[in-house]
Amino acid sequence: MATVIPPPSKRQKKEAQKIQEVDLIPADLPNVLIKFQASDTGESIGGSIRVPGGITEKQLEELLNQLHGESDEPVPYTFALLNKSSADEKDADAKLIDIRDNIYTSILKPGIKTTEDFLTLVYTPRAVFKVKAITRSNAAIAGHGSTILCCQFAPNDSSRMCSGAGDSTARVWDCNTQTPLYTLSGHSNWVLCVAYSPCGTMIATGSMDNSVRLWEADTGKPMGKALTGHSKWVSSLTWEPLHLVKSGQKPRLASSSKDSTIKVWDTTSRVCLLTMSGHTNAVSCVKWSGSNIIYSASHDKSIKAWDISAQGKCIQTLKSHAHWVNHLALSTDYVLRRGGFDHTSSRTSTRSVNMDDLRAKALEQYEKVAKINGVISERLVTASDDFTMYFWEPLKSSKPVCRMTGHQKLVNHVSFSPDGRYVVSSSFDNSIKVWDGLKGVFVGTLRGHVAPVYQTAWSADNRLLVSCSKDTTLKVWDIRTRKLSVDLPGHADEVYAVDWSMDGKRVASGGKDKMIRLWSH
Amino acid sequence: MPQNEYIEQHIKQHGRRLDHEERKRKREAREGHRISKDAQNLTGWRGKQFAKKRYSEKVAMKKKIKAHQESKVNGPSTPKQDEGEALPTYLLDRQTNNTAKAISSSIKQKRLEKADKFSVPLPKVRGISEEEMFKVIKTGKSKTKSWKRMITKHTFVGEGFTRRPVKMERIIRPSALRQKKANVTHPELKVTVFLPILGVKKNPQSPMYTQLGVLTKGTIIEVNVSELGLVTAGGKVVWGKYAQITNEPDRDGCVNAVLLV
Repeated sequence: MATVIPPPSKRQKKEAQKIQEVDLIPADLPNVLIKFQASDTGESIGGSIRVPGGITEKQLEELLNQLHGESDEPVPYTFALLNKSSADEKDADAKLIDIRDNIYTSILKPGIKTTEDFLTLVYTPRAVFKVKAITRSNAAIAGHGSTILCCQFAPNDSSRMCSGAGDSTARVWDCNTQTPLYTLSGHSNWVLCVAYSPCGTMIATGSMDNSVRLWEADTGKPMGKALTGHSKWVSSLTWEPLHLVKSGQKPRLASSSKDSTIKVWDTTSRVCLLTMSGHTNAVSCVKWSGSNIIYSASHDKSIKAWDISAQGKCIQTLKSHAHWVNHLALSTDYVLRRGGFDHTSSRTSTRSVNMDDLRAKALEQYEKVAKINGVISERLVTASDDFTMYFWEPLKSSKPVCRMTGHQKLVNHVSFSPDGRYVVSSSFDNSIKVWDGLKGVFVGTLRGHVAPVYQTAWSADNRLLVSCSKDTTLKVWDIRTRKLSVDLPGHADEVYAVDWSMDGKRVASGGKDKMIRLWSH
Repeated sequence: MPQNEYIEQHIKQHGRRLDHEERKRKREAREGHRISKDAQNLTGWRGKQFAKKRYSEKVAMKKKIKAHQESKVNGPSTPKQDEGEALPTYLLDRQTNNTAKAISSSIKQKRLEKADKFSVPLPKVRGISEEEMFKVIKTGKSKTKSWKRMITKHTFVGEGFTRRPVKMERIIRPSALRQKKANVTHPELKVTVFLPILGVKKNPQSPMYTQLGVLTKGTIIEVNVSELGLVTAGGKVVWGKYAQITNEPDRDGCVNAVLLV
């Protein structure tokens, strides 16, 4: 007997009866005057141009590429309308309205501007490559004897991934063959954090046994004994950005601990160079910015900035939060992490690259992301237990730029998109919120998880986001449409850690079910 | 000061007797002798109690000595054994309510072990005769008709149940014997939660009893576990789970059940 499709429900019938709106551009739409403005430098190109009111994004892209003289190798762009509330040139609270399909449907039809107005379109180059959304689980690799607490891909090679677990070991995996490569054993308690150095040669692991260990990434061999000095467990690790490393030296490492100190280690002589103790409670997160400042978030409700070029002097204390600060994100996090490598270097051996070239490339990439209107501006977002986040520009002022409210439970994790245009925050209220990365304005909410969201990871092309949650699933989100792209069940228990490889080919996740899962398109 | 603390009051007013400290010291010095005497002489229940106490003290002492010895060496030599309670840094300082999570993970563990799916905690039950289950109710003007029955056991009737007209109602389920919730125990965690009953899945006595929702020992019921916050592998919230009744509700006046995992 053939399967009979159930009759449509009442709601479906009602929906079908409604008059459907058709997005038709009226034929008599007059032309509009527009001006192109670059989002990073603020320069405008081509003066004012008269274009048809129904011009699409694709056509705008073509036009702009012609103005740049790059019609044979076109660069994809996104466009947004600069909506100023006053005619003042230096209007601080100008809003950006994304152009989705064409000018008519996104600007003229909602009545934001009329055809009489002069439109300033801000353009941002999109990544020239595209990461495909991951859709399936390639492999579930057993190996760890306990809960997996953290995982990270190597910056130089998307087949290398390192994970730390509760069985006191970290493991390096070969993701091409989906097999374990090295077991990094030496810690005597849970491995809480792992970090690849931006040059891809070293792995640092921080543990519950109060020590930090260094390993060679290529061979999995320990580099000497443990770095001891902390009196409580190590909560986070960060490497010195590659462009700040002097020629012929190795990048330094900073570690934060529950004992409320931050220590900077020399990885060659393996001694503690600086100890920064200014916090009065556990330090939850530490980040080394590209302007040689270490930012640390603490459970004592404050964020401190330490100038490493001035021997670790505390230059700023940012106080606004009303409860623990859980996490902080820099707008340049992603570019600093990947060092001089990029999406094409999916199989680079660290021996074959020249460190000086890499350093020069790292600086170039860093400046590309960090510079806005020609000035280096690193933005900082901090997530807290008081359900809010603050948006800071610490290089300009110690007052927050804005307060980002909306979550209904504590915010656990924040991350900037690789180009710094968006911020996403994951919260224990089961939602992920997307915010503007330049101003901190609320953009949208991604709902779908049924339990607290622990972490998120960006794809290298800024288009996709993957989140892991207590509800045992991973979810891939499309940032442009702000919709769920793919739902990825597979883990048998809570997922604690997720990471997207630098070339966007695969995602790794691990959690309470002791399995490393690899996902790909 | 409370009325009954007259000894303390007396001590405050008059002090202790002059040789108090010395007597105390001597008593403490003889403590070993007293324990030794007790260990040799106590018999029966007191002897058992004494031995138990002595044993636990010795275990605690040995543990302490071992801990001291380990702390003297430079760090523990072997990695700490982890019993699956490792937590990422962002959850370390939080008090997480772990009960529901533990339930869910142990359920999954159980499934992994491929335990017999159809075995239940109580495989056999006592047969219940129809005479015991039903009470005959005499009806009619001169109480000559006897086609009406009343169930003498506890029952579960669903939400929004209305009785049939008196003329038609052949089987009465007394409202005083209706149950809506059950004390459900998780067998591995030994946690008991008071959960709403969703339905009666199987009464081993007879399919008719299943239909009537009779709750007897061994009956499989479905309970609402949504408040425990379990999730499936697909990331959906688990709603109903089966449980088996372990007591005879008509004797205890409540329903106790054990969760089938």
